[in-house]
Amino acid sequence: MQGLYAVFSKELRDHFSSYRFVILFALIAMVSFITSYMAGVHMKGNLEALAKTRFPFLTLFSTPGAVLSMVQFVAFFGPLIGLVLGFDSINRERADGTLVKLVSQPIYRDAVINGKFLAGVTTISIILLSIVLVISGFGLALVGTVPEVEEVWRIFIFLVISIFYISFWLGVAILFSISLKSIATSALASAALWIFLSFFVSLGADVLANTVAPVDNSKETEPATIIKNLKIKEMVSLCSPMVLYTDATATIMDPMRNTISIVSIVQRERRPMEKLLSSRFQNPLSLGQSLIVVFPYMIALIAITFICFAISYLIFMLQEIRT
Amino acid sequence: MEADRVIETVSLTKNYDHHRAVNSLSFEIKEGEIFGFLGPNGAGKTTTLLMLLGLSRPSAGYSRVCGLDPLRKAREVKRLVGYLPENVGFYADLNAVESLEYVATLNGIKRAEASAKIHELLEVMGLSQDAHKKVGAFSRGMRQRLGVAEVLIKDPRVLFLDEPTIGLDPDGALRLIDLIQSLNRDKNITVLIASHNLYQVQKISHRVGIMIDGKMVAEGSVQSLAEAKFGVGEKEYSLEEVYMKYFREV
Ligand SMILES: Nc1ncnc2c1ncn2[C@@H]1O[C@H](COP(=O)(O)OP(=O)(O)OP(=O)(O)O)[C@@H](O)[C@H]1O
Ligand SMILES: [Mg+2]
Repeated sequence: MQGLYAVFSKELRDHFSSYRFVILFALIAMVSFITSYMAGVHMKGNLEALAKTRFPFLTLFSTPGAVLSMVQFVAFFGPLIGLVLGFDSINRERADGTLVKLVSQPIYRDAVINGKFLAGVTTISIILLSIVLVISGFGLALVGTVPEVEEVWRIFIFLVISIFYISFWLGVAILFSISLKSIATSALASAALWIFLSFFVSLGADVLANTVAPVDNSKETEPATIIKNLKIKEMVSLCSPMVLYTDATATIMDPMRNTISIVSIVQRERRPMEKLLSSRFQNPLSLGQSLIVVFPYMIALIAITFICFAISYLIFMLQEIRT
Repeated sequence: MEADRVIETVSLTKNYDHHRAVNSLSFEIKEGEIFGFLGPNGAGKTTTLLMLLGLSRPSAGYSRVCGLDPLRKAREVKRLVGYLPENVGFYADLNAVESLEYVATLNGIKRAEASAKIHELLEVMGLSQDAHKKVGAFSRGMRQRLGVAEVLIKDPRVLFLDEPTIGLDPDGALRLIDLIQSLNRDKNITVLIASHNLYQVQKISHRVGIMIDGKMVAEGSVQSLAEAKFGVGEKEYSLEEVYMKYFREV
């Protein structure tokens, strides 16, 4: 424990005093200001109109401001925080010759990666928490609404899911920094995996779905084929942590949606009347119901985070450390 | 006599791919001994030290340090052993005191106790002037001195020193050698010192071992090794002459 705490507090101090943290934080603060300002302005107009939004506070996070909403922004670029905090965590020490010194002290070897991982997670949590507080403060000032208790809970759950999501990428970065000796290579490898899983998996899902169950727009296609096509797309997309994250946060931050399956949304979209009705008169899902809907996605996200960490752990424990 | 053996290896072997870095090495070091570990570059000295610390897994054979298995009781072994790696590294943005404090906390030494010790060690290693300088701005020899201080802060019972005097100025080297000798004499610390400086090794070692190509080709006091090679005579051979004789024969 003493070793874990020593490594943890040193790493945390390093993170907070590094330029890279300052740059990351400035970048994120800027983006969250812009998105929440845009969302706030947009919503102010809405609130003055007749149709009031049910959860004005959540809208601050889930309405696209300039380009992306806050939720989308975390989905797209949150992984970068994890990658930047972790890509050189072990191999820089190896290159500097401090790793062998560290592991020849009377601490358990896993204290080194546990300490680093926890320090990264703490840094991520502090970054995210401060963004959420900034946006909320902004919302209070700009829109003049006080969040309901339920909204506070939903934002809290969003925060927890986001921390897990970004921690997964921290774990990926640490894994690469353990298994690859060169810092440049581990940076590149983790960025490549991020781009692949976030952007190319959905492309691949399209291709696969259209090959297995081709849907031709010019001809009538059997409904069964369309559904099969969509199902395949959905299954393959789930390999992407970004999709998992988006699905996990969707119903939490947007309670008017009661499902996250593309299939059912599309099916509903085929009947315009019903769509109108549902958006007009549908009641939002309760918090408990929302949790049930997103639960599997949350669990999947947490599971891949732990799997990734477990692999790092195994490799590191068996690795020979010469420098 | 079991307890007397601080270090013991039995057929210790390490293979890298198809290359055998350490080849069925068996030797022992008794408590209170200074053992000089010699051998040409790539002989397997560092690899042996790493296996004794549990940082590297032997391909075959085993070792005991203070009666403990370095693979199973890694933490206990590391509590007793102070290891100075051959290229000791530092966190460039910490100063000397902070570096030592970090090592102290990793060893579970209390803050108050640590700061007194740090002060004392910086004094002994001649670094008092540079106590608050960033290690990134240290010269080669200053880093080496700090490395030694970091090893000593945990009050080790056994020292593994890989090239401890490298980069030190003549005065610094002499002092370090004296320091090692006095630690051995006053605190009965067992020392395993790998070095290419035969003069220094001869000066402090009770026994030496010559390792070539992963094998210990000779082991014993300088005198006994000389007698084995040159026969008993009046002449006192230097370690250099003995070492070169063994080296040429292999
Ligand atoms: N990671 C590695 N992979 C493959 N071979 C290695 C590795 N590390 C060391 N070796 C080999 O193991 C052998 C022993 O190396 P070692 O570092 O123990 O030598 P040494 O006696 O300490 O030499 P020096 O006096 O130069 O420090 C060398 O032949 C080296 O090439
Ligand atoms: Mg060596």
